[in-house]
Amino acid sequence: MSKPRILIVEDEADIRRFVRMALEKEGMTVAEATSAEDARIDLACRRPELLIVDLGLPDSDGKGFIRELRTWSNAPVVVLSAREREEEKVAALDAGADDYLTKPFGVPELLARVRAQLRRAALLNPNEPASPVIHFGNVRVDMATYEATKGGEAIHLTPIEFRLLAALVRGHGKVLTHRQLLLEVWGPGYLERPHYIRIYMANLRQKLEDEPTRPRHLITELQVGYRLAGLDHVP
Amino acid sequence: MKDRRPDPDELLKVVSKELKQEGRGRLKIFFGTCAGVGKTYAMLLAARQQFEEGVSVTVGVVETHDREETKRLLDGLPQLPLRSIDNQGRVIQDFDVDAALCSGSQLVLVDELAHANPAGSRHAKRWGDVKELLAAGIDVYTTLNVQHLESLADIVSGIIGIRVRETVPDEVFAEATDVVLVDLSPDDLLARLDVGKVFIPGRVEHARQNFFRKGNLIALRELALRCVADRVNADVRSYRLSKSIASVWPTRERLMVCVSAAESQERLIADGFRMAQGLQADCLVVHVQRPDEDDTDRVRFRSLARQAEALKIEFLNVVGDDVAETLLECARTNNVTKLVLGLGTRRWDRPWRRQLSERIACANPKLGLLHVAVESMTRKIRLVAWVSQPSFSTSSLVITTAACALTTVIAEWLFQFFDAPNLVALFTLAVVVVSLRLGRVAAIWCALLSVLSFDFFFIPPLLSFAMSDTQYLFTFALILVIALVTSEVGSRLRADARNARAGERREATVARVARDLSGALKSEQIAKTCTETIAPLFEAKVALIVPDLSNRLHQTSAGGFEDLSVAQWTYDHVQRAGQGTDTLSTAQALYLPLKAPIRCRGVLAIQPQDWKFLEGPDEKRLLEACCSSIALALERIHFAEVAQETLVRMEGERLRNSLLSAVSHDLRTPLTAIRGLAETLERQTDLPQGDRAEVASAIRHQAEGLQRVMTNLLDLARMQSAGIRLNKEWHSLDEIVGSALARLGPTLSMRQVRTDLPGDLPLLEVDGSLIERVLVNLLDNATKYTPPDAKITIGAKAVGNSMYCFVEDTGPGLPSGDPERLFEPFMRGQKESAIAGVGLGLALCRSIIAAHGGTIRTEGIRPSGTRFEIRIPLGSPPEIEEENAA
Repeated sequence: MSKPRILIVEDEADIRRFVRMALEKEGMTVAEATSAEDARIDLACRRPELLIVDLGLPDSDGKGFIRELRTWSNAPVVVLSAREREEEKVAALDAGADDYLTKPFGVPELLARVRAQLRRAALLNPNEPASPVIHFGNVRVDMATYEATKGGEAIHLTPIEFRLLAALVRGHGKVLTHRQLLLEVWGPGYLERPHYIRIYMANLRQKLEDEPTRPRHLITELQVGYRLAGLDHVP
Repeated sequence: MKDRRPDPDELLKVVSKELKQEGRGRLKIFFGTCAGVGKTYAMLLAARQQFEEGVSVTVGVVETHDREETKRLLDGLPQLPLRSIDNQGRVIQDFDVDAALCSGSQLVLVDELAHANPAGSRHAKRWGDVKELLAAGIDVYTTLNVQHLESLADIVSGIIGIRVRETVPDEVFAEATDVVLVDLSPDDLLARLDVGKVFIPGRVEHARQNFFRKGNLIALRELALRCVADRVNADVRSYRLSKSIASVWPTRERLMVCVSAAESQERLIADGFRMAQGLQADCLVVHVQRPDEDDTDRVRFRSLARQAEALKIEFLNVVGDDVAETLLECARTNNVTKLVLGLGTRRWDRPWRRQLSERIACANPKLGLLHVAVESMTRKIRLVAWVSQPSFSTSSLVITTAACALTTVIAEWLFQFFDAPNLVALFTLAVVVVSLRLGRVAAIWCALLSVLSFDFFFIPPLLSFAMSDTQYLFTFALILVIALVTSEVGSRLRADARNARAGERREATVARVARDLSGALKSEQIAKTCTETIAPLFEAKVALIVPDLSNRLHQTSAGGFEDLSVAQWTYDHVQRAGQGTDTLSTAQALYLPLKAPIRCRGVLAIQPQDWKFLEGPDEKRLLEACCSSIALALERIHFAEVAQETLVRMEGERLRNSLLSAVSHDLRTPLTAIRGLAETLERQTDLPQGDRAEVASAIRHQAEGLQRVMTNLLDLARMQSAGIRLNKEWHSLDEIVGSALARLGPTLSMRQVRTDLPGDLPLLEVDGSLIERVLVNLLDNATKYTPPDAKITIGAKAVGNSMYCFVEDTGPGLPSGDPERLFEPFMRGQKESAIAGVGLGLALCRSIIAAHGGTIRTEGIRPSGTRFEIRIPLGSPPEIEEENAA
């Protein structure tokens, strides 16, 4: 496997530096851009496999940049944002970003996210074997027969719970915002009722997690959305 | 020893007069007997002298009447252009007050103080313009004839036989800095008239025979001389007062002019006013309102009130049945020393009554009585007034006739059982009922009809008026007396009831206004009181206009009828303006300044449906009372806001100080560590690998601590500055708890943490990330302040309408002292401990929970440990459609 190509779009030199050092240590090729303008040029000539984008760029709004990128590329995007820009984070995810990191963030966290996104991108390749059975932890779900087991015991899931789980599986590793989940599972009429997700997510956690208040797979990104972590396909 | 100190009240008056003069322009009046004595000439001479001395003089308006000497004096003096006013097709040139205000000159000449401005001008009379110039600090020279003084107008009209319409209030004359008498003996004046040196509109010969008769001129001259002499007297007095040269301190006289609306008594007020001036006494006018007054009385009464107002005399209206007693009571309460009474003729209809003055003199011999002869109104007018009572109408006569017919029918039936004389009582009853209800005329009519029908139907020979029936004239007379007495009693009762009702209603409303205003905390509430309580009281549209910080007035939402430019003028000059005043009287509404003790607080615009209603002195006084209540309320609110702001500022100051000292410790310590450790890495390149890793991990550790402090600090600042904008949604508590635990993952990994959340907890409407911060802070505290082996439990339960969420530990428990103090910003159990954190955490928790309408408290638990408990109201969770179970 060749070295993954990463593009960092960030105007703060020191942040760029330590991110680059960390990624290069992991054996990745890193390009740097200080503005959206630079990033467009790098995108065209280097074709990066993953982008790390700061939302507060000097020349443009990070969201606009991501929306533009999404019109022609599926490369995963990890967004960097300051804590007080919570709404902007959601907007960036809705615009097509895949994950986010809140400043200040640690190197191990960054590496974990980047690796997860690269793995997901690889799995989404068209030559992926279309196995209908998925596993996470001691849970096994057959997407074709709507059967779920936990530690070998059959679990009953309602149709909506199953649809919700399927949506999380499809976007696994990616943070799915409330809006995206509501649209996909319930339809456009339910956009103003985020409490539906909360109820059904609570049910899913009760049924599938060992310790529902300290979930390991059905992760809550508070005020933002949900993420399914630790998913591995059985070959 | 005699007290030689000046009376403080008097001194205060002098001081306030001087204060008033400060910053104001000075007014010099060239005062004369009549036209032609050379006032304008004298004024121009004086102005030229000033001009040559270097004072910037401008001619505002001067009537030369085409006289060469006058014109010559005008040469070389800068003149203001006149303003052209289009008055119903005719263009009139007049004095331009705005040009004078903008001219920047020190002295402006304005001829003819009594001149009436054309309609559409800002002030109705020229003296209004002059007052504005003076208020703006510009000196004014002007001219005035004696016949134009308000208080003398009556006397002058008595002398020359013409009613003077253009008058100047006496206060303008009194407030003038200087009055120069321009005097010319009548013979000289007549000589000047003969050679054509006096401009007279119309023929000279005609004028000589009417106005310019020698007798007239002598009388007018005497008046003018006396006016100026009185002024000099007053000046001498005020000089003596300020220098304390007084040897005599006359006790203060107070004159009360007693008027009744029933007779024309404008003269009485003017005479009383001049007497008071002569006696150096205060003056007030009292009107006794009889319960039975009618509309014509009311009209006359208003004109009396207007006159008193023009002369700036206090006007009291008291209600009473017995005039003498009411006046005596009024005199007592107002410390009056002398009464001025109109000496009318003995009333023809009440010859047995003693004269009013006799009764007053008997009751209080100490009161001085001054009589002024007044003409009584002619009998005819009184008779018309007597007949045209408010209750009189043709329909009342018809009803009366019907009542008599009915009585006759009933009597006819009763005639079978009773004798005729007994039936008289029945007719009397009818008369009494009619008289009580329908007034005098109906009563007389009823009496007449009753006697006639009684005579006709019940006295033999029946169905005829025989000669012997003349004895029933006696019956008629008796019944008539009964009718009149009853109708009088009835109308009085009705009037009393009406007055009482009106008074009651008014008092109730005033009480409500006062109550509403006293409860008001915002100017919007006061505006609401204006539109909801005051407006109905005056049957008017009312709008409260308050200024912004830069003293500009802004349109209110409630009104819509008000003119902001007029309101602004009223506010700037603290004078009433608009309809019914002398200023900007073409405006659609009346604008009253809201004068509070410190300054003007706004303007009240009022537009009644019926302007006459506002002219009554009762209504005026009521409106004034309302205005001052509103002004006081506005001022109170203003100062309450100022006090509140100061308090907030002081609190902010205190907070900032403690923040700075806390920050200097809790931010500097980790920063020092980070910097030192980083420099160690930089310099000591030969550090063994293990040490390097240790130093790096210490830097990371310090940075994480710093981050927590920063987050709390920023959150608290955000919560306390712009108010808190909660991003409330329906959350499930276990998600928030899970998120908080995940965030503290590395810190908690070494600790025993137990969660105790029932599976069926209801949703909670909260701001998820803020509640997460609360839990993170509580858990963080639990790990920081307990030994590593202590157990931490986080749990929740729903009880009643509240969700209780708690964080418990089995550590050493709370520090001694009031646990509430822990929630204050920058408080910590131990001062300056090595554990990072400025003591913001719990303060932030309390702010967040309070913003959610909940409470947070802490207590020690046994055998050892601490428990923090949060209570958040549950609210009613949203509906969830049940899913069809598959």
